[in-house]
Amino acid sequence: MGLRAYIDRKIAPHFHEGGRFKQYYVFYEMFDTMLYSPAETTRSASHVRDGIDLKRVMMTVWFAALPALFFGMYNAGYQANLQITEFGYSPIAGWRTDLVALLASFDVTSFWANMLHGAVYYLPIMITVYLGGFIWEGLFAWKRGHEVNEGFFVTGILFTLIVPPAIPLWQVFLGISFGVVVGKEIFGGTGKNFLNPALVGRAFLFFAYPAQISGDSVWTAVDNFSGATPLSLAADGAIDFSVGLTAAATESGITWMQTFLGGIQGSIGETSTLAILIGAAVLLITRIASWRIMAAVLIGAVLTSLMFNAIGSDTNPLFAMPFYWHLTLGGLAFGLVFMATDPVSASMTDTGKWVFGLLIGFMVVVIRVVNPAFPEGMMLAILFGNLCAPLIDYFVIQANIRRRQRRTAVGGEA
Amino acid sequence: MEHYLSLFVKAVFIENMALAFFLGMCTFLAISKKVSTAINLGIAVVLVQVVTVPINNLIYTYVLKGGALSWAGLSHVDLSFLGFLTYIAVIAAVVQIMEMILDKYVPALYNTLGIYLPLITVNCAIFGGTLFMAERNYDFAESVVYGLGSGFSWALAIALLAAIREKLKYSDVPDGLSGLGITFMTVGLMSLGFMSFSGIQL
Repeated sequence: MGLRAYIDRKIAPHFHEGGRFKQYYVFYEMFDTMLYSPAETTRSASHVRDGIDLKRVMMTVWFAALPALFFGMYNAGYQANLQITEFGYSPIAGWRTDLVALLASFDVTSFWANMLHGAVYYLPIMITVYLGGFIWEGLFAWKRGHEVNEGFFVTGILFTLIVPPAIPLWQVFLGISFGVVVGKEIFGGTGKNFLNPALVGRAFLFFAYPAQISGDSVWTAVDNFSGATPLSLAADGAIDFSVGLTAAATESGITWMQTFLGGIQGSIGETSTLAILIGAAVLLITRIASWRIMAAVLIGAVLTSLMFNAIGSDTNPLFAMPFYWHLTLGGLAFGLVFMATDPVSASMTDTGKWVFGLLIGFMVVVIRVVNPAFPEGMMLAILFGNLCAPLIDYFVIQANIRRRQRRTAVGGEA
Repeated sequence: MEHYLSLFVKAVFIENMALAFFLGMCTFLAISKKVSTAINLGIAVVLVQVVTVPINNLIYTYVLKGGALSWAGLSHVDLSFLGFLTYIAVIAAVVQIMEMILDKYVPALYNTLGIYLPLITVNCAIFGGTLFMAERNYDFAESVVYGLGSGFSWALAIALLAAIREKLKYSDVPDGLSGLGITFMTVGLMSLGFMSFSGIQL
């Protein structure tokens, strides 16, 4: 505990009442509680003796996102190196490429080269996001006199995982600023917003700079490259759903198994359903995320895609997309596990969670299939679910009140 | 049937009166503090919209439109410049008549709606619904469906906003933004969510 003692004796007094840096207490508190769990306890009544607190909850989500993060990093490099090695594209000139050339090669078979190539794209995004978050959260906490909340660690890491690898860093900064300030801080910070801040930030970028966050040329970090994501391929009718789970379903050789394990193009964290499932298992075992929401989104998406399968269409190939393709392509799995289960912006009641999840599952497939304007629907489906959640809760609570009133009325007579 | 269904869905979600066209903002922002009142106001809007849009449709088709008076032998007369005047008069009259009818036959509903019923006269979502109907040349059946759909879209939006605002009672909004300011921001973010429908072709 050398460090603990050092902080307590040498650093802490400056930031507490009477110290030189008293007005910067929030920044000190932020770093202190990042390193150690706080020793403070509730001062008044209703003290819950439980090892879990907001920080622990957020850290668990953070760890649950790590498999998707590391796989996403590897995959970003793998996709770029694949195009460079196999198809002769050149890497985007700049310090990133110089660094990769210095420390490794662009060899797609080398794990290290892929990881490094992914890291030079991912890590700057992550640093930008946390820097942006630090500035805004710190500013609001400092000026408004509350403490910096851990919610941002989760918002930040999730935001880095839902952008394409080659997105310009100034857009990353703009997106996270919008998400944190307009999506969260103007409502009073963590726990008081009604939309998921990471998705608000991404939606802002999506509508403000569609060229850098959608389309065919942004998903792989090589020069002049254009390649559709599997979801766009499916919309063009290029995926043959009738083949088995391991046979190649497109000309470029994408199989269902590949979309499940990873190794396709997409936003950084969304490509490997398997890595996301590991995170989901962690969240479910620790009971951090609601199993009701996850199950309901899943059921909603499956039922809706079955409905579209049954209706059928001659002109729109997405009508025929089976549910197991829906689940592994695009952001559905990632949104289902990490975004829809956000306890702040989801429904609060148990029945409400089912309705909320079913609505998101329904909306995502509807947007994918019948809305030609957007290839992917998970982001907007969850935002739509978020803004319906309070009304869903309202009706659930009203129904409950009426049921109880009836029960007491009947009991009173008997 | 399918045509009317898709018209209804389009009116409710894709062309939501409040969140896609931002019509009826004054009442939308002012009377959305409680879900129960918001729902009552929403019902009133639906009622008025279902009556006024078809009536205005009849007036437009048989009196105002260019050549509409051919049944009276005046086929060269075009009275469409009287549109705004006529529609608003019709809306005001319908609201008044409806108030009297409700007062007489459904006093419970009349009492719940209270002041909101006369307020609807000046709600631009109502007027907007009629103008869209005239501009798009809906026939009578379509105008009934469109009236129902556009009224319901506004009712849905105000109920959603009211529920969110009830939840936001527990938030900690900076002083400069509290009240109407944060409501504007909320509505903006809500319409971001409703963007999910824009572009759907039915």
